[in-house]
Amino acid sequence: MSSREEILARVKKNQPPLTVLPADLTALIQYPNPMEMFGIVLDGIGGTMYPVKDYEEMIGLIKTQFSNLPRVISTIPELKELTEKNWEGQDPHSYENVDVAIIEAHFGVAENAALWFTESLMGQRVIPFICQQLVVVVHKKDILSNMQEAYQQIADSSYGFGAFIAGPSKTADIEQSLVLGAHGPKNMTVFVLA
Amino acid sequence: MSTGIKDHAALSDIFNQDEARVDWHDETLWFVRAKRDKAANTLSEWEALRENASQIKDHVLSNLHDYLSEFESNAQKNGITIHWAADALEHNQIVHEILKAKEITRMVKSKSMLTEECHLNEYLQKNGIEVIDTDLGERIVQLAEEPPSHIVLPCIHKKKEEIGELFHEHLGTPKGASDPQLLTAAARVHLREKFLTRRAAITGVNFAIAETGEFVVCTNEGNADMGAHLSEVHIACMGIEKIIPKRANLSVFLRLLARSATGQPITTYSSHFRRPREGQEMHLILVDNGRTQQLGRADFRNALKCIRCGACMNTCPVYRRSGGHSYHTAIAGPIGAILAPNLDMKQYADLPFASTLCGSCTNVCPVKINIHEQLYKWRQVIVKEGYADPKKAIAMKAMEFTLSNPSVYRNAGKAGRWVMKNIPFLVNNKLNAWYNQRDMPTPPQQSFREWYKKNNNE
Repeated sequence: MSSREEILARVKKNQPPLTVLPADLTALIQYPNPMEMFGIVLDGIGGTMYPVKDYEEMIGLIKTQFSNLPRVISTIPELKELTEKNWEGQDPHSYENVDVAIIEAHFGVAENAALWFTESLMGQRVIPFICQQLVVVVHKKDILSNMQEAYQQIADSSYGFGAFIAGPSKTADIEQSLVLGAHGPKNMTVFVLA
Repeated sequence: MSTGIKDHAALSDIFNQDEARVDWHDETLWFVRAKRDKAANTLSEWEALRENASQIKDHVLSNLHDYLSEFESNAQKNGITIHWAADALEHNQIVHEILKAKEITRMVKSKSMLTEECHLNEYLQKNGIEVIDTDLGERIVQLAEEPPSHIVLPCIHKKKEEIGELFHEHLGTPKGASDPQLLTAAARVHLREKFLTRRAAITGVNFAIAETGEFVVCTNEGNADMGAHLSEVHIACMGIEKIIPKRANLSVFLRLLARSATGQPITTYSSHFRRPREGQEMHLILVDNGRTQQLGRADFRNALKCIRCGACMNTCPVYRRSGGHSYHTAIAGPIGAILAPNLDMKQYADLPFASTLCGSCTNVCPVKINIHEQLYKWRQVIVKEGYADPKKAIAMKAMEFTLSNPSVYRNAGKAGRWVMKNIPFLVNNKLNAWYNQRDMPTPPQQSFREWYKKNNNE
């Protein structure tokens, strides 16, 4: 017998009598103003939120905050004037020197300041992890209160790779001292479009 | 680290030689525990979440055969190659074969307690393959040639000055530099080079979803993603108990995991791997290594519900004051003490005794494992099977004899009081294990029985 058959046979023999899968919880936390809560939580985990009224305002802020950085890329058509052209489709290692990546999130979650991305929004899977600074755009109406709503939104959508990202890459492995920028982005800026 | 035949008590003695360090270790972990409480208290549904998570995991264990089959078939449809390993050796061989087929001799690995349990690094190194741990804490203990001492905080036992010394030697940081910011920046540069040059990456698995055939990996540093998305070959290793039924169940576990572990609202990255990247090979190894045996042990099976948050360690008064290495197993602390005897009752016979049975572990467990009850039950199994420490076994036998014979009990009490009063050095010496950490009490003049007889005028 192969290990597969042996393991499955032992599992079948040893597993306890069937219990039911519990129903989803109800009455979970709701915030009166999810965007405000999202901003507070994001601040607590090392990120920064800017509510903006349109792309024009956002472009102005990006120009002042990230000027002089040689390599800025984005998957968002409205930001074309700011970013490198035809960067997509290269070897993932080639993005090692990306200074700023600007990508859009499907939605954000107020309880933990996590944002949901699938690879179609990333350009390449490695982008939000390898860049030095990550900038995210999300619509105000797409900030949910809790993770149950988040998975209701994701539902049975199909993706090859998806990720919740909450704040910059971080570590506290040395004496519990928090350091931002362990391997990935050293900071995370979230623009919330009205 | 070779611990020889030293047990938890002997290894704790080594850790306890530096009292200031013990206090620091204790306080640091209690600080993490306090952050957990604060995070839990932000959600009014916290207890409902724990109960829900516990029931989901109970259900998974009761239907594990079907969920494993469902996961396998869905993952295969997604283009993931599934392997099954009966034990640690087979797991290590599978990893080695995958690498050999691609002629890969150097690789990166993100945190996986399963690969620690299987001693994968040692196996691969013996076969000429270099493994670089990329989690900062794990890289630190790897450079120090030590195992991790905590499943979430691998180098929690190390002071920043010691880490500075290691980095000076291995990464060329200035001598005497110990600022965490500076050391982390040096590690970032050092490890980025590894991510960019290694062709294969190993990751662990936090959750695998039967319904969709995808798996989720949680990190704060982003090291699992850096490794996986830059590699030609991604190998994910998981114990068979990591399955959950539906994608929607993730909402419950992701709300509990980081809050329980470090007090964060969620880990920075919760990555859902469903299909390999174009041109990439993705392998997933399902490992038994004693889990099916534990599934058959009714009193102990629900330890398989563990989601590896480490909350039970941070809260444990024994762990905090004895350090992770004193447990001489890959997973330390209360949860390790109920998992390890399943693998080898003789080697780990000491661990269920390394507890005060205070129950704090059970109270913080996000999936409601009855950890302290299992510690108590393991003690009984271990004594019954004859694996208890002989000194403990003899003491227990003497106790049993004394307590079940009223006249022996009376005379023993009398003799004890007389000895402690008249020749105290007979008990106040190193042969008496009880005396090692304590002063013996002043003996009373009489027993309660004698007092009652004298004062009861009925």
